[in-house]
Amino acid sequence: MQMPEPSARIIGLKSQLVERFRAVLPADAVISDLAETRAYECDGLAAYKCPPLLAVLPASTQEVSEVLKICHEMGVPVVPRGSGTSLAGGAMPTADSVILGVARLNQVLETSYEDRLIRVQSGRTNLSVTGAVEANGFFYAPDPSSQLACAIAGNIAMNSGGAHCLKYGVTTNNLMGVTMVMMDGTVTEIGGGHLDAGGLDLLGVICGSEGQLGVVTEATLRILAKPEGARPILMGFDSAEVAGQCVSDIIKAGVLPVAIEYMDKLCIEVCEAHAQAGYPLCEALLIVEVEGSPAEIDEQLALIKDIANRHNPVELREARDADEAGRIWLGRKSAFGAMGQVNDYMCLDGTVPVSKLPEVLRRIGELSRAYGLDVGNVFHAGDGNMHPLILYNANKPGDLETCEALGADILKLCVDVGGCLTGEHGVGIEKRDLMRVQYSPEDLEAQMRIKDIFDPNWLLNPAKVFPLDASAPRRDAA
Amino acid sequence: MTVTSQEELAAAIRDTSGPLRIQGGGTRPYGRPVIGEVLSTAGLSGVTLYDPGALTIVVKTGTPVAEVEETLAKSGQRLAFEPMDHRALLRTDGTPTIGGVVAGNISGPRRIAVGACRDFLLGVTFVDGSGTLIKNGGRVMKNVTGYDLVKLMCGSHGTLGVMTEVALKVLPIAATEATLALRGLDPTTAIKAMAAALGSPFDVTGVAHDGDETLFRLEGFADSVAYRTGKLSALLAPFGTAKAVADSAARWQDIRDAKALSTAPGDIWRISVRPSEAAALVTAIGATDTLFDWGGGLVWAAVPPGTDVRRHMTGGHATLIRGTSDGPHFHPEPAPVAAITQGLRDRFDPRGILNPGLMT
Repeated sequence: MQMPEPSARIIGLKSQLVERFRAVLPADAVISDLAETRAYECDGLAAYKCPPLLAVLPASTQEVSEVLKICHEMGVPVVPRGSGTSLAGGAMPTADSVILGVARLNQVLETSYEDRLIRVQSGRTNLSVTGAVEANGFFYAPDPSSQLACAIAGNIAMNSGGAHCLKYGVTTNNLMGVTMVMMDGTVTEIGGGHLDAGGLDLLGVICGSEGQLGVVTEATLRILAKPEGARPILMGFDSAEVAGQCVSDIIKAGVLPVAIEYMDKLCIEVCEAHAQAGYPLCEALLIVEVEGSPAEIDEQLALIKDIANRHNPVELREARDADEAGRIWLGRKSAFGAMGQVNDYMCLDGTVPVSKLPEVLRRIGELSRAYGLDVGNVFHAGDGNMHPLILYNANKPGDLETCEALGADILKLCVDVGGCLTGEHGVGIEKRDLMRVQYSPEDLEAQMRIKDIFDPNWLLNPAKVFPLDASAPRRDAA
Repeated sequence: MTVTSQEELAAAIRDTSGPLRIQGGGTRPYGRPVIGEVLSTAGLSGVTLYDPGALTIVVKTGTPVAEVEETLAKSGQRLAFEPMDHRALLRTDGTPTIGGVVAGNISGPRRIAVGACRDFLLGVTFVDGSGTLIKNGGRVMKNVTGYDLVKLMCGSHGTLGVMTEVALKVLPIAATEATLALRGLDPTTAIKAMAAALGSPFDVTGVAHDGDETLFRLEGFADSVAYRTGKLSALLAPFGTAKAVADSAARWQDIRDAKALSTAPGDIWRISVRPSEAAALVTAIGATDTLFDWGGGLVWAAVPPGTDVRRHMTGGHATLIRGTSDGPHFHPEPAPVAAITQGLRDRFDPRGILNPGLMT
C-alpha cells in the first residue's frame, strides 16, 4: 500500500508540537513516546501499520478546537480516530501526522423521549448509546458488528450500517445533527433536534466523509421505540443461487424483515467449529428476522416459510424462545472472529442489487478458483451488501498481493453489475485506488471540491478516499 | 429552453450566460423568485430501470410523479416517503415531476416513520453550473463509496446542478391501513399524545394534528393492523377515546398536501422544529391556522402577511412557502454554515447561473 512520503519538515516539528499541545491539554492527553504512539499505528485493517508522530486525546470540543488550530497553523496533517475499528484503514496514521482520538469524549449530553433523540459526545461507543436509553424502551438502530467497541465518531465518518439496517437504515438515516470542529478550529453546529435541512443538506455530506471534512465532537441521534419482540428463522439451501432467489422473493412479497443474513458453506463450517450454533452443513444458509408482537411475528414468518418452502430448503428452523434465537444469531455474529482464528483473511464490502446476488455469488466462485484462494461469503443479503472473505496466508510471500488482486476483481464485478465498492466499511486506504472503477475523473473532481471547501489545505486525513495521484496536486499545493 | 438528453442539457448550460430558472412541472414555486430563462426538464422523461426484487427504480427527472407511482403500483410498490403535491396549497397547475420532488426533498406524513426523500435517494446524475456531467451514488441500498453528494443534491432546489436521472429505493404498498382519531385536544396535549404513539412499539406511520382531530395511522397486514389498533387505543386512553376514521387514505392525502391551509388567508410557513417546542411556537407567532405533522416536528402555519416566524425560533428552521416577503424565504444560516454553503455554490455553479438566489 503506497502512502505519501512523510514530510521531514513536519517530523522536525515534533518537540514544538508537544510543547504547544501541552499548553492546551492535560499532560496525559499528549502522547509522544514511541512505545505509546504504537498503540495508534493501525486500525482494523491490521495489514498496514505506521506509528503517528504524536497522538492527542482531547476531552472537550474546545480542546479539539485548540488542537486543530495548532495543526492548522503549523501545517500538520491530522488523522481523526474513534475506536480504531475501521476495516478500511480510515484511522491509519502516517509518520508525519497527529492522531486526534476522541475516546475521552464519551458523555451523554441530553436525552429526550418526547423528541425521540439523544445527544452524545462522539467518542461514546455505539452499543452504549442504546445502553443509555433501553431502560425506557428505546434503542439506537445502526448496529455494526463492532458495536461493542466502535465509536459514534467513526460511525458518522464511515456512515456505518449493520445487520438491521434493512429496516432501520444506516447512520446517515439516524443522524440529526452534529457539532463539528473545522480544521481551522472553527466550531459549527449542523442540524439539531429537528428533521431535515433548512438549506443545503450539509449533514448528509459530512456523514460518510471519512474524517476528511471536520472532527465531529457531538452528535444528535434519532432513537426509536423497541419493538415488542423479534424472532429469527434459519433456512438452509443446497445452492447459493436458490438462496439468493429466496431473498429476492421474500422482498418482492411485501414482507419487510429487519434483517436477512446469508452465510455459505465455508463460513458455516468455521462458525460451527467456533461457536457450535447448531447450523446445518449446507451450501447456503439464511437468517431472516422479523419484529412485532408474537402474533405479528407468526403471521410474517408463516409468509416467509411459504416462500422458503417453494425453494425446497434442506432446513427450516424457527426459534421457539429467546435462547434458540440467541443461538441462531450466535454463529453469524461470531463469523468474522471465527474466520480470523482459523485463517488470515481480507473482508470485502461491495454491494450489488439484490436481484444480482445469485449471479455474483457464482462469479465470485469462479474468480476464487482462478486465483487459487478460498472465498467465504457472509453478508447482509436483504440489501445486497456482500462481505466476501478472502482467505490467505500472511506468512507466505506473495499471498497478500494475490489476495488483493482477487479482491479488486471481485469489487470490479460488484460495480459491473450495478453495485458499488463499499456498502458500509468505507474507502479509507483500502479501496482508494479502485475509486476510478466506479467514478469518472469528473465525478471524483466533484467530490474533491467538497474537501477543498471544508479543508482548503487538505490536512484532515489527507491521503485517503481518493486515488493518490488524483489527490496529489491538492495535497502538494497545500 | 427544453432539452431531451443529458448531453443536450450539458451543452445548453455550457453555452448559456444565464441566469436560468430550472423547472420540472413548475408546481412548487416557492423560494425567492428567480429572474431568468426557464430551463425545463420535461423532455427528460421515462423510467430507465425498475427492479422490483431489488426495491429500486431509476427514472429521468422530468418524469411525472404520477407515472412513477403507476409503474410502482403495478408491482405492489410505492414511494414510501409519500411526496406532497403542492398544487392545492400554492394554487398552481401543471404536472409534478420526480425531479422536482428530489430537488425539494419533498416528503409527506410517512417521513416520520420511514425517512424523507433524501433517505430514499440512492443515486443522482446531474449537470453542474459549468456544464459538467457528474454522477454520485448508484442504485444499491448501501453505498459509502466516496462522499455522499446524493444527499447534497436532494433539497438543493437546482442551485448546485440540474439533475437528469435519479435512483430511488421503493417499498411494498402496505396490505391495509387504519387511522385512529382523538378529538378536541389542544396542541400541547396533542403533541404529548403523538409522542406517546411514536414512543410505542406499534409502528405508527403517520401522526398529525389538524386543530380539531389528532390522527394516528397504522399500516401492514390486516391481522397486525387490527392488533395494533387495539393496543394503540388502549395506550391513548388517557387522552380520550380514539375512534377509527372511515376514509383513512383520503385523510392522509389531505394532510400530506396541507390542504386545510390551502384556503387560509395570510402567509404560509413550513416549520421544522423539535416536537416539544412546536405548541409554544405556534402561539408565539400568532398563527391563524395550523397543521402539525410528524408528531409535531413539522408545522404548517398561516400567519398575518409579513410576519417573520423565525424571530420566535431558537432551533430548527422555517421556510416561507406562500406569501410575499422582503426578508429571506429560506432560513438564514449561522456564519460558518453560510460560508460552507457559499463555498459549495461557488464551486458547483461558479458563474452563479442556476436558480440564483432561490434558497435565500
